[in-house]
Amino acid sequence: MRAIAKLALGAILAVCLAADPALSKETGYIFVSSEKDHVVTVLDGTSYELIKNIETSERPRHLQLTPDGTKLLAACGDGEAIDIIDLATLKVTDRIDDIDDPEAFDLSPDGRFMYISLEDDGALGVLDMQSQEMVAEIEVGEEPEGVLTGPGGEVVYVTSEVANMVHVVDTESRELKANILVGNRPRRFAMTPDGEELWVSNELSGSISIIDPQTNQVIDEIVFAPKGFRPEDVTPVGVIMTADGATAFVALGRANHVAVVDVPGRKVEDYILVGNRAWNAALSRDNTRLLVANGLSDDISVIDVAKRKVIKSVPVGRVPYMVVIDD
Amino acid sequence: MKTLLRTVLVLFSILVAVPAGADDTMTIAYLELTGDPRYRDKAVEARYLGQPWGRPFAGADAARRESKFVGSAIGVDFQLERIEGKDAAELIEGIKSLPGPPVSFVLADLPAQVLSQVAEGLSDLPLLVLNVSAPDDTLRQASCQANLLHVFPSYAMLADGLAQFLVSQKWREVLVLEGPLETDRQLVRAFERSAKRYGLEITEKRGFLLGSDPRKREQNNLALLTRGDYDVVFVADTEGEFARALPYRTLQPRPVVGTEGLAPLAWHWAWERHGAPQLNNRFRKRAKRGQTGYDWAAWMAYKAVVEATLRAGTTDFAAVSAYLRGQDIVLDGFKGNRLSFRPWSNQLRQPILLGTHNWVIDRAPIQGFLHASNNLDTLGYDQRETLCEQ
Repeated sequence: MRAIAKLALGAILAVCLAADPALSKETGYIFVSSEKDHVVTVLDGTSYELIKNIETSERPRHLQLTPDGTKLLAACGDGEAIDIIDLATLKVTDRIDDIDDPEAFDLSPDGRFMYISLEDDGALGVLDMQSQEMVAEIEVGEEPEGVLTGPGGEVVYVTSEVANMVHVVDTESRELKANILVGNRPRRFAMTPDGEELWVSNELSGSISIIDPQTNQVIDEIVFAPKGFRPEDVTPVGVIMTADGATAFVALGRANHVAVVDVPGRKVEDYILVGNRAWNAALSRDNTRLLVANGLSDDISVIDVAKRKVIKSVPVGRVPYMVVIDD
Repeated sequence: MKTLLRTVLVLFSILVAVPAGADDTMTIAYLELTGDPRYRDKAVEARYLGQPWGRPFAGADAARRESKFVGSAIGVDFQLERIEGKDAAELIEGIKSLPGPPVSFVLADLPAQVLSQVAEGLSDLPLLVLNVSAPDDTLRQASCQANLLHVFPSYAMLADGLAQFLVSQKWREVLVLEGPLETDRQLVRAFERSAKRYGLEITEKRGFLLGSDPRKREQNNLALLTRGDYDVVFVADTEGEFARALPYRTLQPRPVVGTEGLAPLAWHWAWERHGAPQLNNRFRKRAKRGQTGYDWAAWMAYKAVVEATLRAGTTDFAAVSAYLRGQDIVLDGFKGNRLSFRPWSNQLRQPILLGTHNWVIDRAPIQGFLHASNNLDTLGYDQRETLCEQ
């Protein structure tokens, strides 16, 4: 049981980290989805040079590696498809069609099911990755967005941007277990490695709500206030934690900064200046580098985590949305 | 810190309330005028920039569908009741004679005069009226009413948004063309105020008329009307027929702004940021047309009531209305900023979109236009300029 839990934790971190090291063949590449160019840009992991632009269905946004580390999945909103990119050939080799406006997703720990937010339907879809069929749709609040499979895979969390709630879905019964009212326009999740705290970013409230997954209650809130920015310009979206659970990085959108948060102390330690509209972020496996997708400056910022400084910015496609590092 | 604590406490109280599922009903009434000239078939078909493309009830209905899940999660059944009447008396009667528990919130899609009369006629009841379509400045200034909130932006806000854009483009010399309607004059007055505020120069103001009477050529001949030296033409034509024929017919090769060309708007169907595509898609699916600022305002008004109910954790009118008008509310208008009502004018502070027929060129407040407390308050009458005594 514990081993499964560990595996599941690995899967959660796979949102931005690479998958199980025993199974994957890491390419070292960096993948960035571009909402407007309909490509996933592939960069070399050390030189940051362009390897390739992989053409995808229209408007790719969320990217995630499969647990075996051989494929990259891309949710393409306007193309109404999940594109499956083979990491060995860097080509779209398969495509799951007819999915109504997919945005974000997560996988079950075994990779069998994809839990996917269906923005237009106001539902969480359960997609069987073997049969490629949508096997269930669970009605949630309008505009579901961030999805996170809980440790062990018994529950899935999904935000509703319009209902301002986090919905807890039981994966066995595929029913709603709880609705948790959080801040306004909740977007993305991170879970502490010990599974004790679920963090959710509230784009419009400029904050993080911290949920206790045992009780499904909000236990605390962290408000971001970088110097020189009005509260309305602080629009946190991407949130990611280091493997030791000590530090979280929160991309603050229009405030053009990434917040560095002491997780146990629930305190903001620093703000790092990045590009325009910092959206989603990814950590390298060794947690030394942080990459941030800047939606309105069409580039990614490379941050030296120890120095808390941007060491490079790399141009990518138009309106970059998400970064994944396959290391 | 105190606010944070309060937020947390509020969250707790709602969390406790969530699973309870008490069956409470919140009826939101929607008023519209029989034969309202703003929705005459010809105007709606013409798709004038900045005018409605259909009754904004469609926006309220979109919000109703969006709020179903939230309602069932917190145990409140939100109902939308559409009431039509030929005048204020009929509309007031419609509200008073609605069966069931008394209505607390009324969305009003009414021209300014009828709106004022309705708000006045309902002022002895515990309810709030939310204006979703009348831009008249006086409703927010000298003729403001305590029970009347404005979700639709005022002429002053629209004109300020446009003026900021013109300043940012350095198009400082403006030729103003004014139509014969009272609303045209209101719009010009608002623009004159904005011009003064932001340092634009009005090179000349000329009245226009529709028609081809050669004796009135000074007012109906486009070449004569647009002679002179200027950077941009501001046309105030709230009816629309004159303005749509103006671009490309100006004597000088200059852009047209105002009610044609580039217009300040509450919303645009082509707006792509801040989650707007999803909202526009939902609207288009049901209404079979693009979403205008009027539809947006009706949607926003309904959503504001839902949000206030959700955060207040009750359907009690005093608590919900206090939260709705308070400064802690965070309303998501899909325009990026957090929206709330200005206490001095009951006006919803909000960004203004600067749109052409098929694109949004910019969003005001334009970068660089700053305000001491909230940049959104660079648009429209600020606290120190208010004439509203509630």
